Amino acid sequence: MSEKPTHRPSWLHRYPLLGPMFGLMFVLLLFEGMIYRHSGMNFLSPETIGLIITQTTVVATGTLGMTMVIVAGGIDLSAGSVVAMTGVIAAVMLKHGYSSWLAVAVAILAGGLVGAINGTIIARFKMMPFIVTLGAMSTMRGFAQMFGDNQKVNYNLGRVEGVNALMNNPYSLHAAGATPWWQAGDTGLSLPAIIPDWLFGILKHFMSPDSAHPGDLSVPLWMPPVGVLILIVLTIIMSFVLNRSVFGRHIFALGSNEDTARLCGLRTRTLKVLVYTLSGMFIGLAGIFALSRLNQGDVTVGMGLELDIITAVVIGGASLNGGVGSIWGAIIGALTMTSLHSGSVQMGWQSYIQGIIIGIVIVLAAGVDKIRSRGLKG
Amino acid sequence: MRLRLRGIEKSFGATRALAGVDLEARAGEVLALIGENGAGKSTLMKVISGAHAPDAGTMELDGQPFTPREPRASSDAGVAMIYQELTLAPHLNVEENLVLGREPSRWGLVNRRERRERVRKALDMVSHPHLPLDVPVRALSVAQQQIVEIARACASGARVVILDEPTSSLGRHDVDILFGIIARLAEQGVALIYISHFLEECRAVAKRYLVLRDGKSVGSGELAQIDNTGIIRLMVGREVTELYPQAPRTLGEPVIAVSGLDGPRGKPRGVSFQVRKGEIFGIAGLIGSGRTEILRSVFGLDHAAAGTVTVSGRRLALGAPGRSLDAGLGLLSENRKEEGLLLNRDLADNLTLSRLGVLAKGGFVSRSKQLGVANDLMKRLDVRAKSATQAVGTLSGGNQQKIAFGRLLHQEADVFLLDEPTRGIDVGAKAVLYRQMLDMARQGKAVVMVSSYLPELLGMCDTIGVMCRGELVAVRPRREWDEHSLLTAALGRDSDAPDETNN
Repeated sequence: MSEKPTHRPSWLHRYPLLGPMFGLMFVLLLFEGMIYRHSGMNFLSPETIGLIITQTTVVATGTLGMTMVIVAGGIDLSAGSVVAMTGVIAAVMLKHGYSSWLAVAVAILAGGLVGAINGTIIARFKMMPFIVTLGAMSTMRGFAQMFGDNQKVNYNLGRVEGVNALMNNPYSLHAAGATPWWQAGDTGLSLPAIIPDWLFGILKHFMSPDSAHPGDLSVPLWMPPVGVLILIVLTIIMSFVLNRSVFGRHIFALGSNEDTARLCGLRTRTLKVLVYTLSGMFIGLAGIFALSRLNQGDVTVGMGLELDIITAVVIGGASLNGGVGSIWGAIIGALTMTSLHSGSVQMGWQSYIQGIIIGIVIVLAAGVDKIRSRGLKG
Repeated sequence: MRLRLRGIEKSFGATRALAGVDLEARAGEVLALIGENGAGKSTLMKVISGAHAPDAGTMELDGQPFTPREPRASSDAGVAMIYQELTLAPHLNVEENLVLGREPSRWGLVNRRERRERVRKALDMVSHPHLPLDVPVRALSVAQQQIVEIARACASGARVVILDEPTSSLGRHDVDILFGIIARLAEQGVALIYISHFLEECRAVAKRYLVLRDGKSVGSGELAQIDNTGIIRLMVGREVTELYPQAPRTLGEPVIAVSGLDGPRGKPRGVSFQVRKGEIFGIAGLIGSGRTEILRSVFGLDHAAAGTVTVSGRRLALGAPGRSLDAGLGLLSENRKEEGLLLNRDLADNLTLSRLGVLAKGGFVSRSKQLGVANDLMKRLDVRAKSATQAVGTLSGGNQQKIAFGRLLHQEADVFLLDEPTRGIDVGAKAVLYRQMLDMARQGKAVVMVSSYLPELLGMCDTIGVMCRGELVAVRPRREWDEHSLLTAALGRDSDAPDETNN
């Protein structure tokens, strides 16, 4: 109760991204050292980094929504099932000849609808998000199986056409002798269809590994698939929305203390419904990315994915008590998880070792969170 | 002498909660501990129970030095507390609750026969041998739960039992049963300390009394030898100090009019009042009399069952805090830690949360504008903090309260509903808040202040209303009130006939 300000913020508190960033660097350098000793190869090659980023996209897209939900004091356990369901819906539409654009739109809206239903039940009946979304997890997996007739859904699109172009790297395919994607008839959602010609020209220039032949694309070289570019843009937007918009600040207030939020006149119910709906749309997009990577609808995809997403959000500095969290932190968290996975594979470790390591990382991340929130008077 | 306290003192930072308490409780006797809200009764209980260590003074139990370091040590020594809020495990049954934490056991397994024996003995002591043992306690009535709580004290072999406002949630009939149990415990040689506001109850159950005021024991003796006026004089006995700023004001037309307001759980009942521009309206009453519930129902945090609230001539929708806020109402919660503030968010967020829109363009908040507003308010309220970007939870109580109040200023509320605005904060912060309240009133705002601290109501308000058992029983200009009459009205008796009993 003394009047003297005794506040001395720790560096972790002042720069909350430093912790996750440090963790990611540590993991990358650790594997670099171990793999170099083990096989004399570099872990930190452009190819591996590119692969890690591409593999992270589905989880990372999920974290954009999940961060919002967790910051608002909730949780969404249905994410994995919704990824499967929206992917299957899109696959079925493609199978019946609908356009890629329409399939993507319907998948995103379906994800949003599931989120809206979850959010409405949670807000209207004051139910625990854990229970409601646990129910949705089972229900939505069931719908995925129903829509997909409980088997894989194949559709007639090439690996660099339409939806499939979102997550597949056209350059490696080109090297393997496939038709150059910019010459393919249906470019669908691939890069030139989305960005203006002048930007494509600049990108083409930078893609060359050989300064003697600028613009020569005949050599395989890593360049992010379109889905990754979309993810980066969405991350920037969402980070801005969560940190700077009135809506975002209200989400933090809601998760920090719902009673205070009501006291300050916030429409807490509406806010919750909006948060889950928007989050569901991101999960729907993650479903599209997962589909694009597999090139077929799969009702078993995304089992346990919700836990990967939640883990990434927590590693990124979010508190499951709500009110704290960061979009960029969650993306770093997702990259950390993929790096662990990828490094373990290159070391030739069994999958159970990955499980053990990831478990330890989760608890360590939560421990850092504990240190960070020290110094707050209850 | 069972329990003897000498010169107990306890401070929290600058706040002196106990400033020399002497207490003697004899075996086989009930001692009534009387004092206004904030006189130090709960702190004293916490010292006896071992939750706080005293800064000075000595305690003896049956002649032996008694220095409990934690609540467990105190209850092991035979001192049991019965709190206002029951502390039973709702899902466990009566038998399990009675021996919780003291289960008779061997090799980690509960000895059922011995448990049954102890439970029977304890229920005999409280004269309720037929209480069902295998029923989860949440299925029992509040009165029965309280009996279980007292029986638990007996089962732990308590020599001293302290009851804090035990009748606050009981009906008339249950109160009589409770008094019977208390008398029976005293017969069996237990020393009891009975804490209550209600003087009639104290007379019915206790033989001796001890009055606390401002953390000091100011009088004790036999209840038979003192009348209620005498006790109230002991409880009050102080002058209104210079802490309260004064300035001439002219009162304008009514800003807020409340009529026939019924709360959602029968509290408050049929409350009507109005507050004019420039007026500071005080609401006095005991804790639990429905004071807080008035403000919550008016603001819409509780959905009022009936009645109307009119602000500046417009009727307000009930149960919609967002709309109340738009209409110009602002509420300062009595519970800043659990409701009033986002403890882990920074000062700027907390100050501006209720009206972020004015700092935003196209839906995005300008952080520099937000910080500018926050810094202005912090300067105006003399908030001692490093910067507007630190978490509110790192501030002292007084500075936290200034932030919670500052939010109403940013919101530009026309009606300030203040629930215990100065509870638990230091004198410096109090002075800042009093000054701000007066400034607001001078600018033509209406201020409604609920407080347990009578001198502050008398020092600040133009009009004071008194709540008693859910009803607003008297509204009068300040000059017609003094501490004595406020307290008598709050205790449920007419101020003109202070010695008549009236239940």
